[in-house]
Amino acid sequence: MKQFRKLVTPYCLWLFLLTVVPMLLIVFYAFTEKGTAITTFSFTLENFTKFLDPIFVSVLFRSLKLGLLTTGVCFLVGYPIAYMIAKCKDTTQTILILLITIPTWINLLMRTYSWISILSNNGLLNKLFEAIGMNSVNMLYTDFAVIIGMVYNFLPFMILPIHASLTNMDKSLLEASQDLGASPIQTFFKITFRLSLSGVLTGITLVFLPSISAFVIPKMLGGGQYSLIGNFIEQQFITIGNWHFGSAVSLILAVFVIGLMALIFMAEKRTNNSVEEEEGGWLSNAKRKKVR
Amino acid sequence: MKKLIELENLTKEFNGQVVLKGIHLDIHENEFMTLLGPSGCGKTTTLRIIGGFEEASAGEVLFDGIDISKLPPHKREINTVFQKYALFPHMNVHDNIAFGLKIKKMDKSIIDQKVLKILTLVGLENYGNRHISQLSGGQQQRVAIARALVNEPKVLLLDEPLGALDLKLRKAMQVELKNIQKEVGITFIYVTHDQEEALTMSDTIVVMNDGAIQQIGTPTDIYNEPENRFVAKFIGESNIVEGLFVKDFLVEFDGQQFVCVDKGFDEGQEVDIVLRPEDLDIVEVGQGKIEGVISSILFKGVHYEIMVETSERTYTVHTTDINEIGKKVNLDFWPEDIHVMEKMGTY
Amino acid sequence: MRKERKSVRILWIGVCLFFLYFPLIIMAVFSFNDAKSLTHFSGFSFKWYGSLFENTQLLDAVLVSVSIAIIATIVSTILGTITAIALSKSKKIVRTSILQVNNLPIMNPEIVTAIALMLFFSFANIEKGYMTMLLAHIAFCTPYVITNVLPKVKQLDPHLADAAMDLGATPFQTLMKVIIPQIKPGILAGALFAFTMSFDDFIISYFVSGNGVENISIVVYNMTKRLNPSIYALSTIVLVVILFALLIGTFVPYILVKRKGVKMNEEVN
Repeated sequence: MKQFRKLVTPYCLWLFLLTVVPMLLIVFYAFTEKGTAITTFSFTLENFTKFLDPIFVSVLFRSLKLGLLTTGVCFLVGYPIAYMIAKCKDTTQTILILLITIPTWINLLMRTYSWISILSNNGLLNKLFEAIGMNSVNMLYTDFAVIIGMVYNFLPFMILPIHASLTNMDKSLLEASQDLGASPIQTFFKITFRLSLSGVLTGITLVFLPSISAFVIPKMLGGGQYSLIGNFIEQQFITIGNWHFGSAVSLILAVFVIGLMALIFMAEKRTNNSVEEEEGGWLSNAKRKKVR
Repeated sequence: MKKLIELENLTKEFNGQVVLKGIHLDIHENEFMTLLGPSGCGKTTTLRIIGGFEEASAGEVLFDGIDISKLPPHKREINTVFQKYALFPHMNVHDNIAFGLKIKKMDKSIIDQKVLKILTLVGLENYGNRHISQLSGGQQQRVAIARALVNEPKVLLLDEPLGALDLKLRKAMQVELKNIQKEVGITFIYVTHDQEEALTMSDTIVVMNDGAIQQIGTPTDIYNEPENRFVAKFIGESNIVEGLFVKDFLVEFDGQQFVCVDKGFDEGQEVDIVLRPEDLDIVEVGQGKIEGVISSILFKGVHYEIMVETSERTYTVHTTDINEIGKKVNLDFWPEDIHVMEKMGTY
Repeated sequence: MRKERKSVRILWIGVCLFFLYFPLIIMAVFSFNDAKSLTHFSGFSFKWYGSLFENTQLLDAVLVSVSIAIIATIVSTILGTITAIALSKSKKIVRTSILQVNNLPIMNPEIVTAIALMLFFSFANIEKGYMTMLLAHIAFCTPYVITNVLPKVKQLDPHLADAAMDLGATPFQTLMKVIIPQIKPGILAGALFAFTMSFDDFIISYFVSGNGVENISIVVYNMTKRLNPSIYALSTIVLVVILFALLIGTFVPYILVKRKGVKMNEEVN
């Protein structure tokens, strides 16, 4: 079957052209600035020193804060749901999991678009508040709206991996724990939760990473001036036109995200060292779980 | 011996299917009891009801005279060795064994002592820090037993614990389990479908089939005096012959009358008769009781399994003597080799 | 006590499902609204569906989204499948290094991939438009196809191909008649993934397209400021199409499997 080996060549070329070269271009732009002539570039580290600028620091801080909040809310809401679904009958589980998955198949912008009319000042939610005699609340274009939008979009990615890890659990382990004198609550914390940690980690990855680099949801629900790293990068490229600084920020974001994934990968390996990993498979597996 | 557990009219239904048909069973202190039967006979369900993992549809489980039917598993003085061990994969050997003791909030020093003692009992002194995935099947088995025993339960339930081991290890563990039981001196309730395992280890064997108990007795009782066709067939290979109980100490089958040692059946009652293959002898024509021809010979290691075709049926005979196919022979046996049983439905 | 717990469970799951579906329902309901308001339902009408079909900008975007999704799916599925098969036969070092690079677009934040591709197209002096969008879509879909197909290829019995060639099949025939049919589920999963990824994509398309070439996401994005019920109408149509496809794709195999399962059970019993 070695004849098939050379079939790898076209994709190698493709990967080089459309993945390696573009990434190198980001690195190139990040470390250079425009020279005097239009076509000349000179090496600089200035793009990175700009990070110390308080404006950028606040953008970074805000992205982290919203990412952590979104992940926290998704976990607090998602874990109980995953747990309760896992307790249902098999057919009920299949249907519920399908119901949780369906919204993720629909265009993110279209789903988020609907929230504008729900959260706006004379929107449905405020109409409801008025109807029950409350004052209307300004919700659209606030942190609250952005978090709602992100939780709404990313919640399924928290529920699905946790549910998978809960249903893959050997039921006799739970019986063994009770047999050895642990109450149901002790069993949950000492066994169930511990063994579902790999699912929790995957869920956190699938929610935290897209939410810190999110760009559409904050723009739609947070208003035009609302700035997270994603929006900041967009501004640098589209409005301001400083490709060098934009590239530097992108590079930092990429390094941060990939580094974090590597850390989580190692943590997952530690919590679950009985499971053997396919070569380079875990990270893509994590994302692959999205579809299921 | 004192009764420890009494099962009273235990019944279990799953989705309208009756798995247990009103079981009555007394289990005594310090007894090694085996529930034996084919898969689906209700033996595991019985065990799970005693352990508290399954609730009976009707009937009671008495423990020391008190009904524990509604007690959750973590409040029972009973521990279980699970079929596939169910060792916690995120803990090492020591922590697995210490789990129950930690739940009881015992002192760390006492826990360490107890764990070490029990590890010594199962022969794994130096394995405390090993991870579960680094253990062989036999070692995991011992850890599972140690984890249950360290809590000093009054009863240990074992659900086919040797099923996942290879033959040689299984035999060694049979002996070891029996020794452990003698040493700790508590009741073992053991579930298996392997009749040899049951015969080797048990004080009492409970043969079950189809959600009902077929026979309760010592291994020798069960083997030598099966109460019905099912038990006779399930425990070892047998020649089971339909016959007639002529009167006390006399039965008729294959058109002849034979002296036996059984009594107490009705005169002229139809009965089933068991002739164990190892009890039958092949002798020269004219020297035995039934005539036949040798139709096949299989070498089985310790003995030969020989089929003897008679006018009525084919008998299986186990013998160490050398014979040849096609030879005309006689079958011979003693009156005590004839086991007469109540006739019941065919299996 | 048990009943209480069960009702808590139903309530919690119900609230969660409500949260997930409420916006979709709002969208569907107000797409039939008589007025332009997205908060007050004044009467039932199909007028936004009518105006949708007069809105050439939206219709063009639908055409772009659909055509790009179809072409990108076909190309990336073929490219990804061939590569996955080739990778399974390659030396380990080749395989691991290619997979590492292949994982880059999967792990990278989408916006970084988008920027990288945008820089590349401007660097290579390719005019932004339909072609750049298509190339970008193929570039980010193919890695997913490979990660879906490769495990299936690895599960294949290596002797299958040997047996086929032993019986006289050429390598190409072996590929088409033995290997591809065996890894079909992986290929289908990869293709489905590629299609939805491409059809729903916004960030990458937004950065790499230009000259008036827009897909649905970009149009929706540009309309954020002026609420337009036509978007609701379009979203509702997309929702219905997806639900219908899901219904066919999920329940039909499920029912078939269930039937088979029942049959097998009967045989066992």
